Amino acid sequence: MDGIHDLGGLQGFGPVAHSPAEPVFDRPWQAAARALLMAVAGAADVSGGEFRHAIERMEPGHYLTSDYYERWLTAAATLAVEHGLVTLADLEARAGGRFPLSGPVLAPPVAGAGPGVDAPRYLAGDRVRVREWHSPAHTRCPRYVRGKAGIVVRVDGSHSVPDIEAHGTARRYEPTYSVRFDAADLWRDGQRGVFVHVDLWDSYLEPS
Amino acid sequence: MSEHGHRPSPVSPVEQRVAALAALLTERGLVPEGFVEKVTRRYESEIGPMNGAKVVARAWADGGYKERLLADGTAAIAELGFGGPEGDHMVAVENTPAVHNVIVCTLCSCYPWPVLGLPPAWYKDPPYRARMVREPRALLAEMGCAVPDDVEIRVWDSSAEVRYLVLPQRPAGTEGMTETELAGLVTRDSMIGVARL
Repeated sequence: MDGIHDLGGLQGFGPVAHSPAEPVFDRPWQAAARALLMAVAGAADVSGGEFRHAIERMEPGHYLTSDYYERWLTAAATLAVEHGLVTLADLEARAGGRFPLSGPVLAPPVAGAGPGVDAPRYLAGDRVRVREWHSPAHTRCPRYVRGKAGIVVRVDGSHSVPDIEAHGTARRYEPTYSVRFDAADLWRDGQRGVFVHVDLWDSYLEPS
Repeated sequence: MSEHGHRPSPVSPVEQRVAALAALLTERGLVPEGFVEKVTRRYESEIGPMNGAKVVARAWADGGYKERLLADGTAAIAELGFGGPEGDHMVAVENTPAVHNVIVCTLCSCYPWPVLGLPPAWYKDPPYRARMVREPRALLAEMGCAVPDDVEIRVWDSSAEVRYLVLPQRPAGTEGMTETELAGLVTRDSMIGVARL
């Protein structure tokens, strides 16, 4: 889905609040939120794709104003409700107030995974183009490279396609590739000597 | 960290929500006794950039190891005993006088846990994720890491299953140092690529 999580290239953000070192968890609740997500994922057999999609479905304003671990908490609670472990009414009664969850899944459930891809269709050095595609499903194809051409620099073996994995129990395996894009092609701003590499599943690509 | 003499701060709405979910899941038997503490301990003390620093120091000290690291990052890192979730498919990218590498995850927060630990907050926040793929030279300079114009910048967006580790250049004047001393020079930020040593 074209969600708020897909941040690559968005403009208007200010400085990075960089620190050279910091505690792993600033507050105990952050560690608890992380552990609760793990508990829900274990109890409901939640895949990595389904977990990421639960965060991506957050309302954009909530996403942008949340601490990172508030996003984990929201995903944990959303998945717990969707998998029938708890109800929203119970959550709000215990919390003594509103408990905002992520929005609904927009994509239809995936029944069959379709045929996988065994052998890589591209090799290092091949020129490829990213499919111009706006699926309502979870995807790991960032918007900023869609429709853009690049060069394959590495082939990384077969991995479960997130777009399938996030929406049911079916799985499809395809090779992933690291594709090198010239920043001048991505942004048309004349910058030189900058290359952005994005790791992409086979079905995100077409020959160019 | 609480300090003596301070009143405990009131419970925030997000803390109330965490407590609510924790209570309901615990009542249903879905959170084993001590689970939160165990998870927290693992991420706070067992993984972290001290592991990555050992990998980098070994690569600086041992040319054969460096070759293996660049050819198969996962296997070479496993030689030092590091691996596990978010480190199953590791690729090391080498900085040279002509190339500077930097890692980002524009879609979420992917990061090589076994060698660097959990990512810092700024790595997961929107400004870094939005800007590093669009204007890396400007952003790096802003973060105190000026990369000369004639040095190529390679940004690696961790959008699939591979996790990246930047192999920084070995600083000049370190010829006589032991591997342990070398590891002490390696910062987390240099292995993300937002600092040069």
